[in-house]
Amino acid sequence: MGENKFDIAYGVGLLPNWSEHGAAIDQLIKILHIFMIVLFVSWGIFLLYCLIKFRSRPGHKASYQSATSKLPKYAEIGVVLFETFLLVGLSFPIWSRYRLQKPDAEKALHVRVVAQAFQWNIHYPGEDGKFGPTRPELVNNAFNPLGIDKTHPDSYDDFWSVGTMNVPKGVPVVADITSKDVIHSFAIPVLRVKQDANPGLVTPVWFTATKTGKISIVCSQLCGNGHSRMFGRVQIQEPEEFKKWMAEKKRPFKPKEKKSENANLDIDKVTEGASS
Amino acid sequence: MSHEHDSHHGHELSFIQKYVFSVDHKVIGIQYGITALTFLFFGFVLMMLMRWQLAYPDQPMPIVGSLFPNGMPNGLMTGDFYNELGAMHGTIMIFLGVVPLGVGAFGNYLVPLQVGAPDMAFPKMNAASYWTYLTGGLIMFSSFFLAEGGAAQSGWTSYPPLSVMAGQGQTFWLFGMVMLITSSLLGSVNIIVTIVQLRVPGLSFFKLPFHVWAQFVTSFLLLLAFPPLEAAGVLQLMDRLAGTSFFLPSGLVMGESVMDVAGGGNVVLYQHLFWFLAHPEVYVLILPAIGLITEIIATNTRKPLYGYKTIIYAAIFLGFMSFLVWAHHMFMTGMGTVMSDFFQVTTMIISVPSVVILTVLIITLWGGSIRYNVPMCFALAFLPMFAIGGLTGLPLGLSASDIYLHDTYYVIGHFHYVVAPGTLFALFAAVYHWYPKAVGRKMSSFWGKVHFWGSLISINFVFFPMLLQGITHLNRRMYNYPLTGEGTTLWDIYPHSASIQYLNEVISIAAWVLGAFQLVFIFNFFLSIKFGKKVNDNPWEATTLEWATPTPPPHGNFLTEPTVYRGPYEYSVPGEKEDFSPQHIEPKPA
Repeated sequence: MGENKFDIAYGVGLLPNWSEHGAAIDQLIKILHIFMIVLFVSWGIFLLYCLIKFRSRPGHKASYQSATSKLPKYAEIGVVLFETFLLVGLSFPIWSRYRLQKPDAEKALHVRVVAQAFQWNIHYPGEDGKFGPTRPELVNNAFNPLGIDKTHPDSYDDFWSVGTMNVPKGVPVVADITSKDVIHSFAIPVLRVKQDANPGLVTPVWFTATKTGKISIVCSQLCGNGHSRMFGRVQIQEPEEFKKWMAEKKRPFKPKEKKSENANLDIDKVTEGASS
Repeated sequence: MSHEHDSHHGHELSFIQKYVFSVDHKVIGIQYGITALTFLFFGFVLMMLMRWQLAYPDQPMPIVGSLFPNGMPNGLMTGDFYNELGAMHGTIMIFLGVVPLGVGAFGNYLVPLQVGAPDMAFPKMNAASYWTYLTGGLIMFSSFFLAEGGAAQSGWTSYPPLSVMAGQGQTFWLFGMVMLITSSLLGSVNIIVTIVQLRVPGLSFFKLPFHVWAQFVTSFLLLLAFPPLEAAGVLQLMDRLAGTSFFLPSGLVMGESVMDVAGGGNVVLYQHLFWFLAHPEVYVLILPAIGLITEIIATNTRKPLYGYKTIIYAAIFLGFMSFLVWAHHMFMTGMGTVMSDFFQVTTMIISVPSVVILTVLIITLWGGSIRYNVPMCFALAFLPMFAIGGLTGLPLGLSASDIYLHDTYYVIGHFHYVVAPGTLFALFAAVYHWYPKAVGRKMSSFWGKVHFWGSLISINFVFFPMLLQGITHLNRRMYNYPLTGEGTTLWDIYPHSASIQYLNEVISIAAWVLGAFQLVFIFNFFLSIKFGKKVNDNPWEATTLEWATPTPPPHGNFLTEPTVYRGPYEYSVPGEKEDFSPQHIEPKPA
């Protein structure tokens, strides 16, 4: 085993949870497993009892009459009621939070996650909060893996990161998940996040990290012969640290001739303002 | 009855007509059985190779590795080869192994006998079904020898765009699949018509053995669920060969070049079509198995089934509901709340008939006189194994817990408990139980028990640790960890998986031991043809019609057409001399 560069001691059992919504998922998984074990053990004891008590032996005869106990009926009704509770009480609310309660755009960090065989590209919109438009024919794996249109003003302060996704602690993050080639799946086990990255479709997920540190992104959908090396990292930082990181990050498409381009930018902003 | 005529006075059939291109449902059933068992073993071998890579990643495989110069250069498995093994293991086990064994072999062999018919309704169509299946299977199998790209490697689910971009093997897979589906359709129509039309006098629907009911429901599932997959398969084939893009969206970028396709397709559409088959397919696997062990349990407890009608209604309801749960495999595609709520509710509802069936079987034991012969041992082991499989489906069927567990080894553990120690154990039980009818001799009980205990123990060391690995979020379909990059150990790449890597070794060793115990079965199976203990026509003292035939049953089955007087499970009837009262023997008036 190499040196542990991660901030978690991993063992057997549920992984540590570092997200706000994850505790409810863990609770559901735990309740389910207690329920399963209780059901299986009590049912197994009954099975074993039958197997021993009704074994064939000299002097023992089978009875034509079947058992008449009402117990199985009650047990089944119990199972149905418990399943109803699992659905309505636990799973529905968790899923609606996971899918419907999108954080306020003002307060959240918005990123795009574009999967490709076999890497994760994280697209940050920069200070303006707007993503530059992307076009497939502009993709260049070395200089522009996302195919961002660098002539568009929204792209000027955009930047991207390959493999590592920096996010601030305690701030909601909305990630729009998509893919350039085949289906991948964006999973951060420690944050209890999983979402297929479907080419041609964009699906948002959101989470709020509760601790700082470095954790894994795992591709959770078979994507080819390099599937197992399609890993990534989430670096969770204190908000100030994250701001600093973002400010220092190079903006590849920032126009060099400041005067004319800035003028363009201003005009764009003005026209936008006028049209809205 | 022309077939009966054939069997008594007809001309002698040549060897090829009698044993190769036969139209006798029993010969076809046995052909299905032997072919399916062979494919099962082959699929198992593929998995044993994969388990080497998982237990000892990137270490050369001794001896065996040299057999695969392309897939394992210098004994080291490539990622492509691992994916081929994975995709083909799943496909072979399900479509070439378990379903043909449950429906093709036992459905064919037993349904006409249990309804008292001389043969299937359409004997030639029955033969066509087998030969189509064999052709499809061989097409798939042959793809391993393709010079370019080898066999299909996009998982048994074959999701596009990956499968559309994959090598030639995928085309073979799709052609093979279309053949298999055609075969299933021919078979299922045949079984349905046989059950509806060819029941002997007195055999009303509610006097049928539950196994016949199970095959009846299964056939409807095959008939109604497979066509969407056939459509999906053909559409995917068009995407690959004819340049269409049913499943390809616009703007796909491979490497740095934009793919030259029309686009406008949807990748999730295929998944809906696929799972619309593949969930009912789960019940196609299980229902015949449950039918078979119901017969075995009733026979060996020497008492009537508890809740005969209940279990029939449960099976029908299960079959119906199985069409309404498919999207619970797809929660992570980005499903909204309405869809996910619907499919979670249906998934919880479908657990009810499953619980009812298990309850019926276990309460049947109450008050019985249980004989622990080999088939009964396998049948009884099915109950707790299937229960584990069913229970572990709960956290996967709830979308919230599925967020964490989806695509982990928990899923693999779950469905293998359903299919391997569940369904396959039931099928083993059935082989041991009906072997004397087909051969005239019993398989060795001693070696049968060795096979049973060896398999039961080792198989739990295979699949239970997978549940633990899944809880610790070990992802499935990972063939190794990279030797270059950020680090060279699992601890660096997937640190959360490192603590459970040792379980991979445990699982792999258990899998190889499990394989060794199957050799016991194979030897027992073949040697008993010659050396097994000779038996009479009804060695288990059972009640259903197949035991009323000579052993082995001749072409045409019954010497005289039987008439049915009573239900299928009349054991230990008070006031009767024997503790079993066959269906075709008229009760003496009191």
